[in-house]
This record gives sequence, structure tokens and C-alpha cells, in this order.
Amino acid sequence: MTVESVFPQLEALLPHVQKPIQYVGGELNSVVKEWDDAEVRWALMYPDAYEVGVPNQGVQILYEILNEREGVLAERAYAVWPDLEKLMREHGVPHFTVDSHRPLAAFDVLGVSFASEMGYTNLLTALDLAGIPLHAVDRTDEHPIVLAGGHAMFNPEPIADFLDAVVLGDGEEIAIAITELIREFRREGSPGGRDELLSRLAATGGVYVPKFYDVTYLPDGRIEKYVPNRPGVPWRVQKHTVMNLDDWPYPKNPIVPIAESVHERYSVEIFRGCTRGCRFCQAGMITRPVRERSEKAIAAMVDHGLRSSGFQEVGLLSLSSADHSQISEITKNLADRYEGTHTGLSLPSTRVDAFNIDLANELTRNGRRSGLTFAPEGGSERMRRVINKMVTEEDLIRTVTAAYAAGWRQVKLYFMCGLPTEEDADVLAIADLARKVIKTGREVTGRRDIRCTVSIGGFVPKPHTPFQWAGQAPHEVVDSRLRKLRDALRSDREYGKSIGLRYHEGRPSIIEGLLSRGDRRLCRVVERVWREGGRFDGWSEYFSYERWVKAVEEELADEPVDLDWYTVRERDADEVLPWDHLDAGLDREWLWQDWQDALHGEEAVEVDDCRWSPCYDCGVCPSMGTQIQTHGVPGRKLLPLSVV
Amino acid sequence: MRKGAELPPALEGADSLSNGSQAQRLRVRYAKRHRMRFASHRDIARVLERALRRAEVPVAFSAGFSPHPKISYAGAAPTGVASEAEYCELTLAEPMDPERVRERLNAAMPDGIAILDVVPAATSGWADRLEASEWRIELPGVGPDDAEAAVAAFLAAEQVEVERLTKKGRRRFDVRPAVFLLDVARRAATERQETYAILRLIVRHTTPVVRPDDVVTGLRQIADLALPAPARMTRLAQGPLDEDSGTIADPLAVDAAAARPGATVVSAHAGSAAARSGSGNVSAVQGL
Repeated sequence: MTVESVFPQLEALLPHVQKPIQYVGGELNSVVKEWDDAEVRWALMYPDAYEVGVPNQGVQILYEILNEREGVLAERAYAVWPDLEKLMREHGVPHFTVDSHRPLAAFDVLGVSFASEMGYTNLLTALDLAGIPLHAVDRTDEHPIVLAGGHAMFNPEPIADFLDAVVLGDGEEIAIAITELIREFRREGSPGGRDELLSRLAATGGVYVPKFYDVTYLPDGRIEKYVPNRPGVPWRVQKHTVMNLDDWPYPKNPIVPIAESVHERYSVEIFRGCTRGCRFCQAGMITRPVRERSEKAIAAMVDHGLRSSGFQEVGLLSLSSADHSQISEITKNLADRYEGTHTGLSLPSTRVDAFNIDLANELTRNGRRSGLTFAPEGGSERMRRVINKMVTEEDLIRTVTAAYAAGWRQVKLYFMCGLPTEEDADVLAIADLARKVIKTGREVTGRRDIRCTVSIGGFVPKPHTPFQWAGQAPHEVVDSRLRKLRDALRSDREYGKSIGLRYHEGRPSIIEGLLSRGDRRLCRVVERVWREGGRFDGWSEYFSYERWVKAVEEELADEPVDLDWYTVRERDADEVLPWDHLDAGLDREWLWQDWQDALHGEEAVEVDDCRWSPCYDCGVCPSMGTQIQTHGVPGRKLLPLSVV
Repeated sequence: MRKGAELPPALEGADSLSNGSQAQRLRVRYAKRHRMRFASHRDIARVLERALRRAEVPVAFSAGFSPHPKISYAGAAPTGVASEAEYCELTLAEPMDPERVRERLNAAMPDGIAILDVVPAATSGWADRLEASEWRIELPGVGPDDAEAAVAAFLAAEQVEVERLTKKGRRRFDVRPAVFLLDVARRAATERQETYAILRLIVRHTTPVVRPDDVVTGLRQIADLALPAPARMTRLAQGPLDEDSGTIADPLAVDAAAARPGATVVSAHAGSAAARSGSGNVSAVQGL
């Protein structure tokens, strides 16, 4: 049955909305396959604005892999802004894909990628606009399987009622496996309908179907247990890990947006995973082990990707790009290859020491040297020990001095506020560090025009990290510490004017914390917030703290739990956590021990990187059947940095 | 009048760059069609820069702290309207056959953006030659008789004030003086089954620029013309206005003529001077 494009109806609305180009598709390297020739059809959605979603690697990789397959079709969708949402409701236009403008409800699978919890309300907008029932239990054989992935889905419980299925970890192989399972099921004539298909997916052990698990609670509000409620459903669901990245050189032909987007570049993931062991870092914990792409494979991808796209910049992505064992060859070879072509190179997330200032210099061989960003994360030595970000003050000053000496004029330092065991003094230590940076910088360069910007984010405890048991700092505490820091910098006559401070108020972090560690009872809260107008919660102009607080109070009025219970409360070792049945490979005992080790302050136990020191038994490799994959000599302990 | 960056006068489209290599300036007419009409001018500029890289056209870069490709635009159409007559000028670091540039760029563009003409620059003041635009305005759901009446009321008015949101806030201005021609293309309208009116508009480029949607706004105000669906607007031509014949000439004709073998240019300013005198610009070039 041919499904009509809704473009004619949409087109009539576009003159009345902001940035209409984001809804029309037709980008270079986008793909429109014949609808009727496909056996399995995916809509891949990024639940945020097009400008944020279109560069997303996960969506681009799956889009290409699925479209390369015979009989399989994948199209993209992004959240629509409220101005278009209103018009679509008025005119009865359903949510569409940007490639062929077919309604989301016509696809077999609606795959949604959640990088962050703040996109949850946008999922509900999309489902509602698509005419897909919000609750999984209300869907019939006519509706797509709503399948979620992405880092936030390592605890999908706050939106579990809205999802048919969830996958953890790398999507490449599991997307293909799911596609083939659906194809086979269809060829058999779809026996048993939707629930049979979901049962088959669940039985693989690698797809979580929330409605196949019953949750019970203790009288005090804690979870008693998760129990599978039908045969063949596993007690725990495992994450997926792609080995040999060189076998998966995607995206090959990146989407080239016509509208402006947040990252205007061709990005290559140079490795996946990170074993630095920073205790706050969820990405580092859930993506283990480290798997490097080879220098040769990276060069080939960059060559093809730039030709295919016309992009002017290459981003070498990973969780800590200078840690790649061949990083010097990679950057030098690329800088040589593209010298004189006005092609920029960037390492968005990198550690640095004096050696890596050379790397930064290499990246900017022909360009400007405006700013470098370093991320010590903690202001005091004690704090950095707690979070296992083992950088001494001397390391940092030496590195920053080298940067100023090499001609960089602006240094940005990134920190977190609200970390476990943090006191006012730890945050005020940020001011001391910034002063020392400017003082040394002035001495080295003999100039007074150097600048240092201090940027501070609120810490949110995340599932599958050693800090998953920690109490989140109340927003009043975070705000008060940041005010003290601001006053300390303002009153500094000698250095204050050279130091900029950027921070956000603490309240949005509390809602992020609520959704990060929440359980299924929060589905009511998410739905209520959405019904009261909650949209684009990651955008400060749309986010409403009051709306969330009110929804929590009213929807959880009959429960023994509240906002504080979910956020600032510290958990015990024996509490069942909402994600304990989701297996990221990390040994729970190890995580707990690492949390205890962190609490010793000055004496906190350091964990070294298993790439160049012995295995510390985090549990991932043996339980997932994976191993570290590197290509060169082990790296060294470096400071985080990125080139602006 | 909106202009591209003024460039020093140059003959035969070639001059030298600071590094001593031969440079070439090319003038380009391009179209934005169908869904690409929703692209903004900045979007189009990004698309063109990427297409140049994909097509391996050796565009020259500016010197300085943050080098950018040397492309200047003139009279870009607003977001939401289509155009068959957009113009820009490229400076290449080394000469390349204009036809090859056209073919390669077209192969590197997304559907809906088409490079129509590429000619070597032979004159200066090309942006000044973009004196007026001809637009086709399609009004779905509007009967030709209603459109006729509204156009008559519009043309009879001394002034037609409309309001538009600009970068500087709300602004009221009179659109009537800039309108050189406005009529209803009856034949086109009656060929269609459904109710449909098509207007032809020639508007002089004034400050502020009068856009076709401003004229539509004027029609709605002055004659209570109701629009059941959004108007669809397409720029058909942009260039010197011949008031006698009521036509718009090709602004690149002088450059194109000069590029032909044996052609010589009388004056670098011939094109715009001729256009201003209303005598047509092509005749100012000898060797035809």
C-alpha cells in the first residue's frame, strides 16, 4: 500500500514558521528509497530541533547502514518547533520524516535516539502528532514499534510506558539484527502480532521490552524487584558492543544540511569507549572498552567524507581524542594532506599536556589560535582526587603556560559544581586556579591581554557510574557556591578583569537528575508536564522548573516519594536501582567499591587507565566478551583540552 | 538598492591575486526552485561554498585572520520565494572554463538549486544593473476576476502603505511607487481547472526593497483580497529595466558578449550606463 507524502499540506504551512528550510529535506547525501519496494521501514528520530539533531552521528550511521540494505528503508525525523506544531494540529498534518515526508505512523519501526533526558517531552509531541498512542500498551498491530536507544536509555524507566523496546549500546549490529528479525516475522505472516514480535525481540537478550517486566515497590517507596512477566524474557538485558571499528566506516556520506546546524563539519569517531575512570562520567563507563579506529581507516574516511560533503572542517571525535595511540600520526598526516586547502581540523574532546600543545599547534598550522579549553572538572586537588580526574595544579599551570607561550590568547577552564563531598572551599579554589593561570600567563607572554574563561556546569549523578548512589547537591547549595565564586572573582582587582565566569543556575540540573535516576512512576510526571505544555526542555527559553515541580507534587501525591527522594537522597548499597536489570557490563561490586574509594577525600584511591596499567576488574570485558583494541604505543596521562 | 561588494573595474574577467597567480572572476546566474525556495540567503551561501569544494572549483580565498571564499552576492531573493534569476560573482584563484564550472557546480548542488549561466566578468558595476525584478505571483484559490479588481484598485491608488517586520523592527512604507507593472495573466489562470490567479509584477529596486509579498499585502489591504492559501512567488528576471518595452534585460549580456571571440568592450561602464539611459545594454558592445 502506497503511503502518500504529506508535503503538499506541510508546504502550505511553511511560509508561516521560523526557518522553514529545516523541514523540507533534500539535503546532499539524503536518501529516498522506493516505499513499495521495502519490506522493513525505519523512521529514525532525533527528539530535538533539526539544527541539533542533523549532525548526530548515531542517526547518520544507522540511516546509512539501513539504507544500504536491500529491501530496507530508513528516513529521518526531528522535533518540530512549537510554531509548526500548532499549525500541524490546526490543519491535521501528522508528524513526518524530512526525507519523503511520509507520516511517522506508516513506518514499521520508529527509532528514537536519546542523548539526553531533556528530550523526553519531545517524544510525546512526536507520538501525539503522529497519531501513535502514547502508551505502549494501547498500540495495535497497525502502529510502529517505538524503539529507543542512546546514552540516556541506560535508564529508560522514566519513559518506559511510552516505549515498546529499548536497545543499549552500539546500534550498528543490533539495528540490522532487529531488521532481519522483523523481515522474517513478516515473511511468516506476522503470527501472533505485535506481542509475538516483541517477545522474539526480548528473547534475544539484547532488546529490553519494558512492558514485559513487572515492578514492585517497598512501603518506603524503594523498588522491591523487577520480574519478567512472560516466558522467554531474560532477567537482565545486555548492551551491544561493536568490535573492529574499521569494519564500520560510517558515516561514509554525511548528510549536508542546507539549514545551519550546530556542527558544520565531517566528524569521524576515532575511537569508542574511555577507560580513564572519571567517576562522574557516564559515557566513559557505559561505552567500554576502548576500541580504536586505525590511522589508515581514519584517513580514508576523511578523504571520502570531505569529497562527498564539501565540508570545510573535520572533527576527530571520541571521549578523549588525544588518547588515541596514533594521534600524532593522525593529526600530522591530516594537517599535511590538507595544507593550503582551508580545511580545518578539530579535536572537540581532548586531554593535553605540553606534548599536546604541540598537537594543538599542529591543528592550527594555518589558522588562528584563539582559544583552548581544558577540563580539570574539580577546582581543588582534593576534589579532583574524589572524581578520579588526576591532574595536579602543576600539570595544569605548566600546560596552560605552554599554550600562552605558543601564541594562544584565551584559555577556557571547565569545571563542575555540586560534586560529592564538595564544600565551598573546593569551588572557591577555582578562583585561585584561574588567578594563577592569568598570573603565569602574563609572566610568560609579557602581555596583559590574555584571558581565561571559567565555565561551570552542575553535576548530575548518572546511572551506571560510581556516583549513581550519591545524593545530588540541592540547587540552593550549587547557586550559593557559584555566587561566592562570582563575588571572589569580581572583587579581585589584579586579575578579576581577565577572568570570565559562565554558569547556569542549579534548578534545571535537578530535573535532569530526576529523569536520570528516576523510575517508572515518573512516566506520569513526564506525561503531565507534556500535557501542560512542556516542550524542548533542553532549551532554557522553553524549560519551566515550576511546571516540573508541580507535576511531581501532584502526580506523586499518593506515593511515599518526592523530588528530593529522587535527587538529593543518597542510596544504600542494597537498594534496587531502576536500571539494575540493564547490563552495561560493569560489575556492581566494583562500582560500589569505587564509590567508597572516592569518599576518602585527600586519601581517595586513584584508579589508573587500564590501557597502560593492569586491569582493575570493572567487569565489562569478561561479561561482554570484549577487549581493548588499540593500534600503537600506549598513551600518556594528559589533561583534557579542546581547540576553539 | 542592495548591492554586492564593489570590485575594482577589470577587463576580460582576469586579474592577478596577491600571490601573483592568474585570477578569474565569474558571474553566475542561478535558480532556487521548489522546496529550496525555503532556504535563506545564508543557507544558499553555505550550499554554494560547499558545492565549490565538492566540485573542486578553485575559488580564491580572502587573506587575513579568517580566510573566506571570495563570493559576492547581489539582490538575493527573500526566504520562501523561488527565483530563476539570482546572481553572484566568484573569484577563482586560477582560470577555469565557465561552462565546466557550471556543469561541475550543478553536479554538486542539492536538487532545487541550479546554476543557469556562468560568464567571465568583463564589466564593472554589475550589481548596479540589477535595477528591477519581474515576479510571477501565483494565488491559489483566488478567482481571476477578484484578482483583476484588486490589481485595478492597487494601480489606481496614489500610495499603498504596508507594514513589514524588518531587522530594525516594524516598518511602514509605501510600496506603490516601486511598482512599474502589475497585471493578471488571464490566460494562464483560465487554463487551470481550479480557481487560480497568476499575477505578473515588475518592481523597481528601491530602498527599502519592495518584495512581492509586500505587494500581495497591499492587494489584501486595498481590495480586501482574501487568500485561502499562501501565495507562491517566483522571480523570473532581474536586471536593467527597459521602460518603453516593459521588459527586463539580461544583466550579464554585456559580459557574455565580451566573452565571445573577437568582442571588445567599449567601456567598462557601458552596461549600466546604457541601462540607465533606457536604450538597452547589449547595443553598447561592439562586435555583435
